[in-house]
Amino acid sequence: MTKVKSLADLKKLKEEVQSKIKLREKGDHPENLIQIKVSMATCGIASGAKDTMNYFIEELEHQGIDALVTQTGCMGYCYAEPTIELTIPGNQPVVYGDVNKTKAQEIIDKHIKLNELVDGIIPVSYKTL
Amino acid sequence: MNELSLHILDIAQNSIRANAGLIQIHVKELPDEDLLSIQIKDDGEGMKQHQVKQAENPFFTSRTTRKVGLGIPLLKQNAEQTNGQFQLQSTEKIGTTLTVSFGFHHFDRPIIGDIAGCLLILISNETQADLLYTHQTSKGTFEFDTREIKKELDGIPLSTPEIQLFLKEMILGNLEQIQISE
Repeated sequence: MTKVKSLADLKKLKEEVQSKIKLREKGDHPENLIQIKVSMATCGIASGAKDTMNYFIEELEHQGIDALVTQTGCMGYCYAEPTIELTIPGNQPVVYGDVNKTKAQEIIDKHIKLNELVDGIIPVSYKTL
Repeated sequence: MNELSLHILDIAQNSIRANAGLIQIHVKELPDEDLLSIQIKDDGEGMKQHQVKQAENPFFTSRTTRKVGLGIPLLKQNAEQTNGQFQLQSTEKIGTTLTVSFGFHHFDRPIIGDIAGCLLILISNETQADLLYTHQTSKGTFEFDTREIKKELDGIPLSTPEIQLFLKEMILGNLEQIQISE
């Protein structure tokens, strides 16, 4: 059995991570980063937004793409959950609906890497009640 | 929702929306008393008295993006289906406490689910709210406090991939040690 990690182990890791972070710092302003906001309200959670979010985090880290994956509230597209809002620096944000793992992979491969839009975009003509 | 961890994630999102500084989540497993209780307590804005009364109504929400608010009703229904109880208390400007219990051995009780995954999503919230999570079983208690972790990390964001991986292993290891149930 491996030892259960504690706060003391965190101290060791901290030094390693600190040097890595300094390397990354060049473009640390959120405006210069690819941003993905996953809608994480009741409707999103019930439709599997947690898995979608984890998939984005793991896959982007795996492929070495620097991106900021955060959570947001309900955007009113409950029928199309899980939804994400993707912002590529310098472009307008794009909202995608029904983002399961397959869709997430397609978005990473096409939209994030090649800047080609993918099917499943929700129009932004949107009004509050 | 078919996992208790998802309910916790959902309810805690309400606390984040209420600008809480600290969210406390206490999970207690008492199989001998046929009880599993979850308490989620925040120091956010709190609710007005009429909002507290309305919160259990699925057709009430404080959002303007949709007309329904199902988070609390779904949790309440799940609890009451398993002979559990649901309680919501809130005071404006002081905070909100939600306590819910389930029949531990009841056939319809949802599984606890992926606690580590939910905690990791919660701690990287945008408002930087702190999180205190305790999980008590007959084998012991696990305590997870982001205030301690942030102090240790000295400015490194909790969303850093290396830190997330470490925290995931830490939570999973500790939960395994106190033998949490499914």
